[in-house]
Amino acid sequence: MVDNKALLSVKELKVYFRSEHEVARAVDGVSFKVGREETVCLVGESGCGKTVTALSVMGLVPIPPGEIAGGRILFEDQNLLVFNDNEMQAIRGNQIAMVFQEPLTSLNPVFTIGDQIGEAIQVHQTAPQNEVIHRREQLLKDVGIADPAQRLKDYPHQLSGGQRQRVMIAMALACDPELIIADEPTTALDVTVQAQILRLLESIQKKRSMSVLYITHDLGVVSKVADRICVMYAGIIAEQGKKDAVLKTPKHPYTQALLASLPNREKRGQRLYSIPGTVPNPAYKPDGCPFHPRCRHAIQTCREQYPLMCEYEDGHRARCPVIFNGNKEKL
Amino acid sequence: MNENGSQNTIILQVGNLKKYFPIRRGFFQKITGWVRAVENVSFQIDRAKTLGLVGESGCGKTTVARLILKLLAADGGQILFNGQDITQLDEKEMKPLRKEIQIIFQDPYGSLNPRMTVGQSIAEGLNIAGIHSRSQQEQRLEKLLKMVGMSPASSDRFPHEFSGGQRQRVGIARALSVEPALIICDEPVSALDVSIQAQIINLLKDLQHQLQLSYLFISHDLNVVGYLCDMVAVMYKGQIMEYAPTDALFDHPIHPYTHLLLSAIPDVDRNIDTEMHATADEPGRTLKSQDGCSFQDRCPLVENRCRHDLIEFEQAGPDHRVRCWKTARDGSDPFF
Repeated sequence: MVDNKALLSVKELKVYFRSEHEVARAVDGVSFKVGREETVCLVGESGCGKTVTALSVMGLVPIPPGEIAGGRILFEDQNLLVFNDNEMQAIRGNQIAMVFQEPLTSLNPVFTIGDQIGEAIQVHQTAPQNEVIHRREQLLKDVGIADPAQRLKDYPHQLSGGQRQRVMIAMALACDPELIIADEPTTALDVTVQAQILRLLESIQKKRSMSVLYITHDLGVVSKVADRICVMYAGIIAEQGKKDAVLKTPKHPYTQALLASLPNREKRGQRLYSIPGTVPNPAYKPDGCPFHPRCRHAIQTCREQYPLMCEYEDGHRARCPVIFNGNKEKL
Repeated sequence: MNENGSQNTIILQVGNLKKYFPIRRGFFQKITGWVRAVENVSFQIDRAKTLGLVGESGCGKTTVARLILKLLAADGGQILFNGQDITQLDEKEMKPLRKEIQIIFQDPYGSLNPRMTVGQSIAEGLNIAGIHSRSQQEQRLEKLLKMVGMSPASSDRFPHEFSGGQRQRVGIARALSVEPALIICDEPVSALDVSIQAQIINLLKDLQHQLQLSYLFISHDLNVVGYLCDMVAVMYKGQIMEYAPTDALFDHPIHPYTHLLLSAIPDVDRNIDTEMHATADEPGRTLKSQDGCSFQDRCPLVENRCRHDLIEFEQAGPDHRVRCWKTARDGSDPFF
């Protein structure tokens, strides 16, 4: 990190979705920071709240039925949650940009690549026409697309999955943002293409001194790209810390269970650990710790009291006093 | 290809399997070329063992599955099931064999009829297996559901009431209802969360053990393949590039494409810094197949010979075959 002041600071964020009969607490008191030039991964399985968290930063949560029930999102010391539409529009694309999972559905099929990148530039900045043309080509070069002049004239369906994702990244970079939020950008891609896109993101990040908030369910990807990790479960952060600390010495039973259930060749012959039970319905979460019904370390207090974050060293923290007090290691 | 050849029965043996699709152009749909979707594919699966078929999208692995199920007619080669060549059978002769080879699909949301209860979906298979009496069906249904870890009460409910993992269990129960010898698993866990993936993988392993099932496990996920499979075949653009026991493939990969795949896996436990980089982005966009090795456009070791010669499947070690003249012969590993 270049300096200690965080670029993005999310504090006790709560995002709820109300319907006639129930309230789904999708994000339920989430706090984390993203420093300059840092990659922070929000990891978790479906329904944990990671995408809603990312959308909240971009001001893209549909309100209603969504509502920001609490917390602050500080971007360069300004609380984005109090910005109006115009102010958010100025931030979006310009200072914070997003790369989504499915490039095919995020790109407009009836416009050329050139038109769409040009639009990304012009919506957020005013620039003379010749400058736009030059920058579009430069952007495609920056994301490693061969023959950029020709590709600008192509339509999305004429490009491969990997190329489309590179175009999405180019559009996100169009206005030189300080923070990119990438939501599962490689899930739909083949593994070798994924490896290339990850390398691309890494090199762009270094060149432009950008920060990345990377959202994924794939712990393998996390191990490649993350500086720091936040493991999410049922709308809360179960554990966060530097990558090696969390992956090698996890201190929350959910993180431990997740790592133990990953298949790989080294585990052949052993049974994979599988977490009993299922993820709770966000509208009907258990009292106390949301993970307790599935946790092998759960004690009575876990069922009654919402656990506090326990601090380990170097910013490593986990929301489990049982492990903290018992000094229990990996499963 | 196993040491105790006489003791293990080979349940499926595929030899030089071919499937070409015509490329048609113009108003009269004239054939201008062929896509060699499956080219000279050979492998075998032993009883109660798992063969992993690995490759990226478009490599032909799903076409191979369809050929084995006879949902597509092969253009060449043989498929021996329990020693009998099923490519030569007509529909009538094939009918009694169809129950022996079943399939589990990737998408737990698309593979179950939403208008049939779980019980009805599974009972379809029981009917085919000749179990028609109501009480017998109920008995079998209960047994099958328990076997896949679901409560018998599930049989009256509809697919939409279940999660992805549960639907996948129903798909497995349905496949088991006809008591097959071989199940083709086409990316059965790719669409599932990590913790559910583990449950389904454990289930597949348990069933294999209990019922002596054989699996053809199709996947792009080398971590799952490494965990579950006994043998692995790596496919690229219709051809098998490497074929070896799992440990041999992971410990001593030979083919450049296998190296590329292995180094591309993001793995939590492994820290590979020596990554192999392909020379081009992805498999080319051209449909027509080319002479020489299908990997020539991306291979860092490519030479002139690779662009013209017919590249044979060569023996590189006991049970280990590679389709690469350069690396198969070379004892030392060119990448380290």
